[in-house]
Amino acid sequence: MTPEIQRLFVAERAALLDAWLERQRLRGVARPDLIDEAQRREESDEVLRLLGEALTASPSPFPDGTGWDELKGHLERLGESRAAEGFSPGETTRLMLTLKEVVFERLRDGEGGLSRERWQDLVDASTLLDSLALYSTEALQRSREAIIERQQQDVLELSTPVVELWDGILGLPLIGTLDSRRTRQVMETLLQRIADTESSVAIIDISGVPTVDTLTAQYLTRTAAAVRLMGADCIVSGIRPQIARTIAELGIALDDLPTRTTLAAALALAFERTGRAVAPRG
Amino acid sequence: MSRVPILRIADVLVVTVNGDIDDATVTLLGDDLAAATRRAAARGVLIDVSALDVVDSFVARALGDVARTVSAMGADAVVTGLRPAVAMTLVEMGVTIPGTRSALNAERGLAMFGITVARDGAAPAHGPRGDGGGDPWPRRP
Repeated sequence: MTPEIQRLFVAERAALLDAWLERQRLRGVARPDLIDEAQRREESDEVLRLLGEALTASPSPFPDGTGWDELKGHLERLGESRAAEGFSPGETTRLMLTLKEVVFERLRDGEGGLSRERWQDLVDASTLLDSLALYSTEALQRSREAIIERQQQDVLELSTPVVELWDGILGLPLIGTLDSRRTRQVMETLLQRIADTESSVAIIDISGVPTVDTLTAQYLTRTAAAVRLMGADCIVSGIRPQIARTIAELGIALDDLPTRTTLAAALALAFERTGRAVAPRG
Repeated sequence: MSRVPILRIADVLVVTVNGDIDDATVTLLGDDLAAATRRAAARGVLIDVSALDVVDSFVARALGDVARTVSAMGADAVVTGLRPAVAMTLVEMGVTIPGTRSALNAERGLAMFGITVARDGAAPAHGPRGDGGGDPWPRRP
């Protein structure tokens, strides 16, 4: 790598910045609807400043040494904030690729025309800016994945409410399909609530579970086994006729898990087992 | 190796297992409980594991051994105070504690044997068996 590239980013930073900002606008990655002009200028200028510093510290087309940490940190934050602001991965990649266009043009128009050294500079600048573009895009992608995961977690928590139906009787209305991760979440929430409330019966209502297969049945019996280990007992309610047919046809073993069609019937069973009776007044 | 103290409440023996349980301790506990069951003519043994953060297959099997020992002598074994995280791990590993019933805490465990604690002292500390208030869940076959 010749000193020309480094000189470009350090000595001609101001001119380079203006050209880059203009090119961003031209290529449609400025997105004035998402961030304002001042922020974009500040972020871009910081990229150029840190790029100049990094090239001074370790002049190489491969951004690997410690000299590049600060720039990478900035690009990472940039990627994260762009994910939050609603930029697409493509727009974030093109942000750095527009810089490539501008740098190439500067090299083309520099003194001495396209000498052998300038050609090498083109190749090096291309390699470098491509890796940096990739870097900020990866940061954006990671940030998005983190957001998705957090939302999944929120949905999981929202979808497993444990309600106290009566003193010592808990109800867990399940809605949606059970998978192993959700089962774990359900189990965790339910067992913790059993311990907290010292409940002796837990009713799992599966009215909102669309289909029951052998795997779902296994999840249910596993949850029931954990509940029993804690010293409470489990009743499954909301077995619709078609689910009962499926259970029979698939030969699903629910062990000795008591099942009822309705939550009311399950509650009646829970009352009976805890020595309570519901009777009309008078 | 440490000796686990055995308490007697009416005709139920109560032991608390703490974290540093090992082979020798478990063997000794089995021996001690067998001797104490005979001496006290106990009909129940209550093993409280609420102090255990981790129950591995070794501990589960050891507790099962103790349960089999005392049930051979005509007493029922009840494990109490299993923590939610421990219960989940056991189920996920497919480990059971054979020959035992579970209760949420020691008080509920004692209630399974008809022993209820009354604050004012009016109710008998040791109620008759099967008085309705004791064990709402019949023993599984």
